[in-house]
Amino acid sequence: MADLIKVGMADYKVGRSPSNLISYGLGSCIGVSLYDPVRKVGGLLHIMLPDSTQARASDNPAKFADTGIPLMINDVVALGATKARLVAKLAGGAQMFAFSNATDIMRVGTRNAEVCKQVLKRNGIKIIAEDTGGNYGRTVSIDLATGVYKVKTIDRGEKTI
Amino acid sequence: MIDEFDLTPNQLDAMREIGNVGAGNAATALSQVLNKKIDMNVPKVSLIPIEDVPDLVGGPDALIVAVFLRVYGKAPGNILFLMPKENAFFMVDDLMGRPHGTTQELGEMEVSALKEVGNILTGSYLNSFFHFTNIAMIPSIPSMAMDMAGAILNIVLVQLGQMGDYALVIETKFLAEDDSVQGHFFLVPDPGSLGTLVKAVGVE
Repeated sequence: MADLIKVGMADYKVGRSPSNLISYGLGSCIGVSLYDPVRKVGGLLHIMLPDSTQARASDNPAKFADTGIPLMINDVVALGATKARLVAKLAGGAQMFAFSNATDIMRVGTRNAEVCKQVLKRNGIKIIAEDTGGNYGRTVSIDLATGVYKVKTIDRGEKTI
Repeated sequence: MIDEFDLTPNQLDAMREIGNVGAGNAATALSQVLNKKIDMNVPKVSLIPIEDVPDLVGGPDALIVAVFLRVYGKAPGNILFLMPKENAFFMVDDLMGRPHGTTQELGEMEVSALKEVGNILTGSYLNSFFHFTNIAMIPSIPSMAMDMAGAILNIVLVQLGQMGDYALVIETKFLAEDDSVQGHFFLVPDPGSLGTLVKAVGVE
C-alpha cells in the first residue's frame, strides 16, 4: 500500500513514487500539483489566497499562490526533479455561496486560479490540466507513481485530470 | 486595531457571555419553530489556527449543510449555521410536519425552509447582541450550501487569512432532546471588529 500523505490548508508536501499526496475539502482554495514524470517526484500545495502583498503580515508563505508556488518548486527540485521537466495541474477555486452583490472576497476562487497560472508561467512551468470554478467543494490527490491527479466531489462524482 | 492575541482572559469571558445570551435567545426561537425542546451548551470562544477550523465540524471532508450570513454594521463579521446532512434533513421534516426520513434531497422548498431557520437564529442572536453591546448588527439575506466542511468554511477563512493566521470563533452547539436536530452556530467577527466589540462590553 502506497503512502498517503495529507496536505492541510495553507500547507504543501513533496514526495516521490509510490506516495500519494491528498488534500481534503477545497472550496475557493486551489490545489496546485507539480510533477516530474521522469524522476517521479512531485508536490501538492493547498493555497487560500492569491497574493501575499495584499495581506497583513503572515508567517506562512504556503497560504499564498505568489509565495507558496516558488517554495514548492525549490523543494521538488531539491528532491531530484528537473525544473524544466515539471508539469503543473490545478483544481479548486470555486465560489461556494451565491450572492447577488458578491464582494471580491467571495470571488477569491477566480482570482486564486488566475494568480496561480501567472506564477507558474513566470517560473516557466507548463500547466497541463485544470479543473477550476463552479460552486462545489473538491478533494484532490496526486499519485506520484503516475502523475494522475484525482478530483473528488460530493454530487459530481470523481474524475482524473 | 486590537489583535486576537491582545485579548485578556476577562475580555474573552465577556465575549463568551455575549455569545451565551445570544445563543440562549436563538435556542428558544429554534425550539418554538420546531416545537421541541432544544438544548445548547455554553458557547466556546476559541482562538485557533485557521487551518484547524474545519476540524470543529468533523474534518474538511465531512458532508455538511450550511447557512451563511454576512453581518454588516460597526462590527462586521460572518455567521454560519452548520449541520450534518442527516440532521438538516430531519429538521426539514420537523418544519414541514412530516415523519423523519421523508426528506431525501434538498429542493427549492427545503432550501428555503433551512434558510429561514438561519434567518430566525441569526435575528434572535444578533438582537441580544445589540441589547448587550448597543452595536447594531445587520444580517444579509441567507445563502445555503451542502458540501464538504473545508470548502464551506473557506468563505470565512479567506477573509481572516488576509489579516493573520488565527481565527476567533464563538461557537454554540444545539441539540434537540430526541437527538434529531443538532448543529453548530458560529459567529466569526472580522479581525477589525474585535476592538469595537471589546470596547462595547467595557471590559479592560
